[in-house]
Amino acid sequence: MNTPTNLKYSKSHEWIRIEPDGTATIGITFHAQEQLGDIVFVQQPDMGRVVKQDEECGVIESVKAAADIYSPLSGEVIAINADLDAAPEKVNEDAYGAWLFKLKLSDPAELTGLLDAAAYEKIAEADRE
Amino acid sequence: MPFVPHTDEDIRAMLAAIGVESVEALFDEIPRSLRAHPLPELPPATNELEIVRLMHSRAEHDRRYRTFIGAGAYEHHVPAAVWQIATRGEFYTSYTPYQAEASQGTLQVLYEYQSMMTALTALAVTNASLYDGASALAEAVLMAVRTHKSSRRVLIPRTVHPSYRKTVRTIVKNQDIEIVELPYDLPRGHVDPQYLAEMELGDFAALVIPQPNFFGVLEPVDALTDWANARGALAIALVNPLSLALLKPPGRWGRNGADIAVGDGQPLGIPLSAGGPYYGFMACRKELVRQMPGRIVGRTVDAQGRTGFALTLQAREQHIRRSRATSNICTNQGLMVTASTIHMALLGPEGLRRVARVCHAGLSMLLGKLSAVPGVSRVFDAPAFHESALKFSVPAEDVLRALRARGILGGLSLKSDYPEIGDGVLVCVTETKTESDLSEYASHVARIVGDRFTPAPCAPNSAP
Repeated sequence: MNTPTNLKYSKSHEWIRIEPDGTATIGITFHAQEQLGDIVFVQQPDMGRVVKQDEECGVIESVKAAADIYSPLSGEVIAINADLDAAPEKVNEDAYGAWLFKLKLSDPAELTGLLDAAAYEKIAEADRE
Repeated sequence: MPFVPHTDEDIRAMLAAIGVESVEALFDEIPRSLRAHPLPELPPATNELEIVRLMHSRAEHDRRYRTFIGAGAYEHHVPAAVWQIATRGEFYTSYTPYQAEASQGTLQVLYEYQSMMTALTALAVTNASLYDGASALAEAVLMAVRTHKSSRRVLIPRTVHPSYRKTVRTIVKNQDIEIVELPYDLPRGHVDPQYLAEMELGDFAALVIPQPNFFGVLEPVDALTDWANARGALAIALVNPLSLALLKPPGRWGRNGADIAVGDGQPLGIPLSAGGPYYGFMACRKELVRQMPGRIVGRTVDAQGRTGFALTLQAREQHIRRSRATSNICTNQGLMVTASTIHMALLGPEGLRRVARVCHAGLSMLLGKLSAVPGVSRVFDAPAFHESALKFSVPAEDVLRALRARGILGGLSLKSDYPEIGDGVLVCVTETKTESDLSEYASHVARIVGDRFTPAPCAPNSAP
């Protein structure tokens, strides 16, 4: 399954990449985009929004469903991927390249609670059944 | 898809196919205690003959009047072809489809309707209609607050229909939204943008701009739209769709156009029917479409590349996103918009323009005739579409009662909703009134006002 080992994961199917400067880049997993189907619209959180871990902060709309995006970490939204406005399908084409938003973390201790690739794969497997 | 009931034979065959004894048996999971019982208070069924007699006698209670009342519901001529076509079985029995794509014809009519409304309002997208104009305004208020994100205050001028303002308050009451009513300039009859600019109003999400307003008066829509936009708020246009055949459409108001346009579609092919059903329309700029409630029909292609229609942007709706739907609206006024679409198609832009012109000309003619009657005056001096507020030198009640005795509904009393005007009456003229109707109205009024006009004996300067 497509689950890069250099990333962290949440139970709600987000992936997290911790950058050298300590910020977190967040997107949804290959498994998530596959389950959703063709994505038609991504509603990202507003710039500057302060989010708590597991707080719902956006929506991804596909042709058959609308799924909430949950922030896997607490912090402040410092960037949103503007490409997804005109081309939401990038999330289907390249789930790990088409990031949704970046966070400045307010509580790095939360990182220890995130899943590694192996743990996430188990969850995704179970989801598929 | 024809909607024809099943025969007993059909039913037996279907039951046999699924191996069930009877239709009753399909419900046997529901506990007996929860099953509905017959309703003893209901009278026994009547037959067609009895019903027809009953309805005729009820109808006789209402005399036949010639009406000069507008105030949100207007008497217009609807060509016979409109309801001939709209009452065809295919249209008449169609509900808002849930398996929408199986009803391509229904979706196509809605798509045509939507296309016509975007042309009329000059805004990018419309929905497939809402319940009525008042609730459409409430939905626009909710939509503006959702879009604006920081303020939950909406400004509504008192020149907006009193029933619409009440409806908005009822609908937003429990949603933590503040409605601020704005005053209007009394001699002119519309909102004064200068006054607004000077008022300390604080932040607000939207300004409602009626056009024409409840008094029939034209508001300074460009100045109001720009004023709202400059304050970071949305401009919600509340418009009479027939007037849009003559007036500048909301999409072209001010520098950037209005953001949302709503109103009641009744003037376009819908009979008065003692108050309804009518339908509400809503249009908005493209960027706001995801916040717009109601059904939206889109045109697309199927897997074989053939043109087809589908309900689209359904993630706004309850059946996809229950608690975060933009609204609880999950239907539309299908039959009404079908009739309205046929009406608009029959009249076309030129026909609608002519109707609107004749209405306006009719009002001008009536006002001209009444200007020759001492004791009748206009309340407002600003330009109007097809309605005007009048005052008489005798109590309005007396005038209206005397007119009613002559088979004329002379207008709507404004006393209770607008006491500051005094004893005003709102009068409407449409293309259904001939010149002789107007002369008759004026001569009756002249007689009523003249008969009663006796100057007080002690008043100085009173003519003998």
